[in-house]
Amino acid sequence: MTINQTLEEKAKKIASGGAEKYHQKNAEKGKMFVRKRLELLFDDDIDIEDAFFANCQDEKLPADGVVTGIGKINGEKVCVMANDSTVKAGSWGARTVEKIIRIQETALKLNLPMLYLVDSAGARITDQVEMFPNRRGAGRIFHNQIKLSGRVPQVCLLFGPSAAGGAYIPAFCDIVVMVDGNASMYLGSPRMAEKVIGEKVTLEEMGGANMHCSVSGCGDVLAKDEQEAISFARKYLSYFPSNYRNLPKRHDSLEPADFDKTVEELIPKNQNAPFDMYQLIDRLIDEDSFCEIKKKFAPELITGLSRIDGRSVGIIANQPRAKGGVLFPDSADKAAKFIQLCDAFNIPLLFLADIPGFMIGTRVERAGIIRHGAKMLSAMSEATVPKISVVVRKAYGAGLYAMAGPAFEPDACLALPTAQIAVMGPEAAVNAVYANKIAELPEEERPAFIKEKHEEYKENIDIYRLASEMVVDDIVQPDRLRDELSTRFEAYSHKDVTFTERKHGVYPV
Amino acid sequence: MNEVKASMAGSVWKIVAQQGEEISEGQDIAILESMKMEIPIPAESGGTIKELKVSEGDFVNEGDVIAIIE
Repeated sequence: MTINQTLEEKAKKIASGGAEKYHQKNAEKGKMFVRKRLELLFDDDIDIEDAFFANCQDEKLPADGVVTGIGKINGEKVCVMANDSTVKAGSWGARTVEKIIRIQETALKLNLPMLYLVDSAGARITDQVEMFPNRRGAGRIFHNQIKLSGRVPQVCLLFGPSAAGGAYIPAFCDIVVMVDGNASMYLGSPRMAEKVIGEKVTLEEMGGANMHCSVSGCGDVLAKDEQEAISFARKYLSYFPSNYRNLPKRHDSLEPADFDKTVEELIPKNQNAPFDMYQLIDRLIDEDSFCEIKKKFAPELITGLSRIDGRSVGIIANQPRAKGGVLFPDSADKAAKFIQLCDAFNIPLLFLADIPGFMIGTRVERAGIIRHGAKMLSAMSEATVPKISVVVRKAYGAGLYAMAGPAFEPDACLALPTAQIAVMGPEAAVNAVYANKIAELPEEERPAFIKEKHEEYKENIDIYRLASEMVVDDIVQPDRLRDELSTRFEAYSHKDVTFTERKHGVYPV
Repeated sequence: MNEVKASMAGSVWKIVAQQGEEISEGQDIAILESMKMEIPIPAESGGTIKELKVSEGDFVNEGDVIAIIE
């Protein structure tokens, strides 16, 4: 054998991953081989791969169970680490960890996005002294993730389990895409839960993809299969620059899709009646440009990336169809992370407000709605990207503040003619001010009195009055809103401000 | 069998489906009144309404069962 033949043979063996039976087992679950995943993820294939020969003297550990390197997505370079679950279930040995740390360091040096394709059983206990406690042990992976956060986009595609400490890889990413049925995240397995705390539970219930994407909020996007997860990652990155120093790439402008109803016809005059906010969003953005994040989690608030006139815009919108669009601890939490994500990567923000306020009652007070709400306000307030707030209908109480109201330095606070801004809605306000008076009146006189006070109150908070007081910057015809937004985002695109000087705020979390 | 649950605390303002009725996914079963807002409660899956667990005017907490669908 020539030296070239020896090299080729060794390389071929490593590139084929673990034993055939593990490939078969994965295929039965709809799981692709790691190198196939990377082929689909990148424009071509992986361009640069490092430490391909890691642990090559142990035949059972090709590449030590992880592929790391650089490839291109939408023509832009990205760094990647991808577990190979055909090699010891994708577990982490000492070299696996070192490989991951090195590719993260490369992402840091080159300011490139970092993608984590996770499918791993966790630490290889037999290697624990070499991979767990030391300076360049697994802890360093998380330390690096925290360092990379906000510098470069970090994306996690979860194809299989992400157990115990490994569950922190998704936790520190900007976004986590989970494949339904296969992906899971948990600190202790169901078997451990039964042993240690006596709980009997299935993996799907405790840490499955559906649960995390709808209940815990640890997952952002539920994909039906691996292909869908990979396509999502490619689409998602098209809204982002490679790092915080650059602006997102501008795309060709597309008109919104065609609709029967105009914006004006879409929005009910009755402030208390629900309507579907997705329909308004679709009329404002370039056709098919909506990339929703956390669709199944806290649906009373919609968060998603979009394009208006070819420019990336992050949308935060109340959804009156779900829970009346009221803000809850989970929706405030969802907003805070999304706002930080957009602000970190120079993506302008659009707030569409139709909000009766924050939820009240024992349950939410015990859940700490005040501090969760404060977290949303902090993130919104600190965001220095172009920020436009549109009052679609009502914006009551702290709801106005949370949705980038005038006091929080939005570049513009616009109102539709249906807007209503007040401390509270007319019904609640009349009740609060005149409760005693109403009680004193004979019952037959009450309805007329209440109606009169409602009308007085409505006049007091009339949107033209608020425009006259310069509370809002403009009242916009509903069907001109897209053009108005497009002109304003263009004008604000050179915005250059620093929020304040300090090390960092002390955040309400 | 699927349970349709209240998405938030409030009072049952209107019940807009009937026991025994065939309903499709996303169709509203009831409308709550909460925070002065109308809150539609849609079915997460289609089927026949086996039982309505609430009456108009009842207070429901988040997670309370409104209807059972078969």
